[in-house]
Amino acid sequence: MKRLSGAQIFLDCLKREKVDTLFGFPGGAVLNLYDELYHSDIRHYLARHEQAVVHAADGYARATGKVGVCLVTSGPGATNTVTGLATAYMDSIPVVVFSGQVPTQLIGNDAFQEADTLGITRSCTKHNYLVKSVDDLGRIMREAFHIARTGRPGPVVVDIPKDVTAEVTNYQPVQKVDIPGYNPTTEGHPGQIERALGLLLKAKRPVLYVGGGIIIADAHRELKRFAERFRIPVTMTLMGLGGFPGDHPLSLGMLGMHGTYRANMAISHADLVIAVGARFDDRVTGRIDTFAPEAKIVHIDIDPTSISKNVAVDVPIVGDAKRVLQQILQFLKKAKYAKVKRPKRTEWLRRIETWKKENALSYSMEGDMKPQYVVEKIYEVTRGEALITTEVGQNQMWAVQYYLFKRPRMLFTSGGLGTMGYGFPAAIGVQVARPDKLVFDIAGDGSIQMNSQELATAVQYNLPVKIAILNNGYLGMVRQWQELFYGKRYASVNMSAQPDFVKLAEAYGAVGLRATKPEEVVPVLKEAIATPKPVVIDFHVAREEGVYPMVPAGAGLTEMILV
Amino acid sequence: MRHTISVLVKNEFGVLSRVSGLFSARGFNIESLTVAETLDPLFSRMTIVTEGSEQIIEQILKQLRKLVDIIKVSDLTGKSFVERELVLIKVRAEEKTRAEVLRMVDIFRGKVVDVTPRTYTIEVTGTEGKIRAIIDLLRPMGIREIIRTGRVAVPRGD
Repeated sequence: MKRLSGAQIFLDCLKREKVDTLFGFPGGAVLNLYDELYHSDIRHYLARHEQAVVHAADGYARATGKVGVCLVTSGPGATNTVTGLATAYMDSIPVVVFSGQVPTQLIGNDAFQEADTLGITRSCTKHNYLVKSVDDLGRIMREAFHIARTGRPGPVVVDIPKDVTAEVTNYQPVQKVDIPGYNPTTEGHPGQIERALGLLLKAKRPVLYVGGGIIIADAHRELKRFAERFRIPVTMTLMGLGGFPGDHPLSLGMLGMHGTYRANMAISHADLVIAVGARFDDRVTGRIDTFAPEAKIVHIDIDPTSISKNVAVDVPIVGDAKRVLQQILQFLKKAKYAKVKRPKRTEWLRRIETWKKENALSYSMEGDMKPQYVVEKIYEVTRGEALITTEVGQNQMWAVQYYLFKRPRMLFTSGGLGTMGYGFPAAIGVQVARPDKLVFDIAGDGSIQMNSQELATAVQYNLPVKIAILNNGYLGMVRQWQELFYGKRYASVNMSAQPDFVKLAEAYGAVGLRATKPEEVVPVLKEAIATPKPVVIDFHVAREEGVYPMVPAGAGLTEMILV
Repeated sequence: MRHTISVLVKNEFGVLSRVSGLFSARGFNIESLTVAETLDPLFSRMTIVTEGSEQIIEQILKQLRKLVDIIKVSDLTGKSFVERELVLIKVRAEEKTRAEVLRMVDIFRGKVVDVTPRTYTIEVTGTEGKIRAIIDLLRPMGIREIIRTGRVAVPRGD
């Protein structure tokens, strides 16, 4: 038992959780914590905005599988984290945000830099805490990390009043977590697994539909073994990309609104859909009553609320994706399954091959430089080995259509919330986590301006992130919807005043490059990669290029607008 | 269909707003909600009456179970349980109706808890049906105000 201050307990708890990296932004309410950090060997990355603090921690968490940790001050510091929290919440990313709060006796007094952080963040966190006494700090921090990383992961906020960080108490480290209301199910129900396998053995046209759960649970090896054992084609959600190798013969690519023709056709004609770690999002299913109309549905997910929320499920299996797939592979060793031969599926795979030939992803090289061409060249020059973050909009969709992800944790994108401005700060977090890797943010000219101030952060910590701006001078995805569904009335999407992105990079001490013609793309990319600094590349691309195929909102998956 | 859901929660600040926030964020409907401490002061008991399709009710139960501060969720509907609600009714009681009001209070085993020259305030406890019945009977005499507690419920047996 030691006499420690709240700030000292805070540091001790971080060490016990093996936190060596912190993203943050100081302020009055967290001065005691920062003073303690000053003596510590924890690396602290000072961002330029608290939204970027959380996105960077989120990128770090996605890259490592560890909890991303943030420290921000009270009031505006905390409110600025909200978009970052909501982004992490929608995509199930383990993040813990420590926010300062005004001293306990001032709470509720509309004190300087006071905000009801608990109330504001309640609906965009997995759980949140206000630490009312220094004696609770150790337990709450232990619980916060446990809740963030277990079950369906998610962000947790711990709001710490300033006086709690100063107060001294007898401190006993908290070892065991005991939260009576929190006990996620990880093991799949054996009876349900048998039922699912029964459906699989009868199925002629099965499809595996997998989401971010595969990556979060590190279940990609088990998934590959299972898919290959039964020769099941695999389609991935945006969040699932990399969970199954994009260049594998059984990969159908992404499904949904901007998914591949073959993926959407396959799921619409399947007689069995096995969903793993995916949640039947509206961007995936299209019109719900025409989704997989011929299929029985098996749904494996750690979150019971995801099951039968949007689509009625025939065989629900609550559990961790990796654990349940392991259980399935274990079951397959039983005599009655071991003798089942690996099916040929000639007819089903041939149909899929035909769909692939009928409508492969394509674009025309006519006219101005095409954004798809730029992404293709990034893929070629990096040999598909770069870690890719994206912003949100057309850039996001072209990035995932034309860059194939071979492994998990190679793509970092705001899937659920669709947060413009996510990609660059996330790239900073990814680069911090993986200093050995080449990190590219594939951006749009609109999105990059939402967090371009982080160039200062990248320069300060010498994080050589490459930003490829697909610059069409428009909020391109909104323009595309206006083109298709609003009679080409381009309301408020023309960004006619743009910064000179090359000069902007230079102003921050980064490097700026530009390419306006296809033949300049590869040389510029090579130069960027050879430059050991943050680089912004301004690619001037065809202004009115669209993302296709496209399933209009509210239409069925087979009603795709093709190129 | 209407469901009565009994929820054991941690007796801590903020739990009520987590529950009500869940209902409002997802567009679920709360017909009534009561909450108070249990025998063990560490916990509180909530009784929530809500309405929705089977699919909605399933989501409500699952979403409630997902909240970290919630210990146990049981849907009492379809099971054997006792349900009560308390209502305070301020009713006009003038010369010619006073006796009639008192007779009704008696029949419903209610109590007069406050008297003024022109009103009675009546306390009645019972099931939803009983409460509705007395309100309907008193309405013609002129109800000034009604305060209801919302329903509380407990499963029958051990």
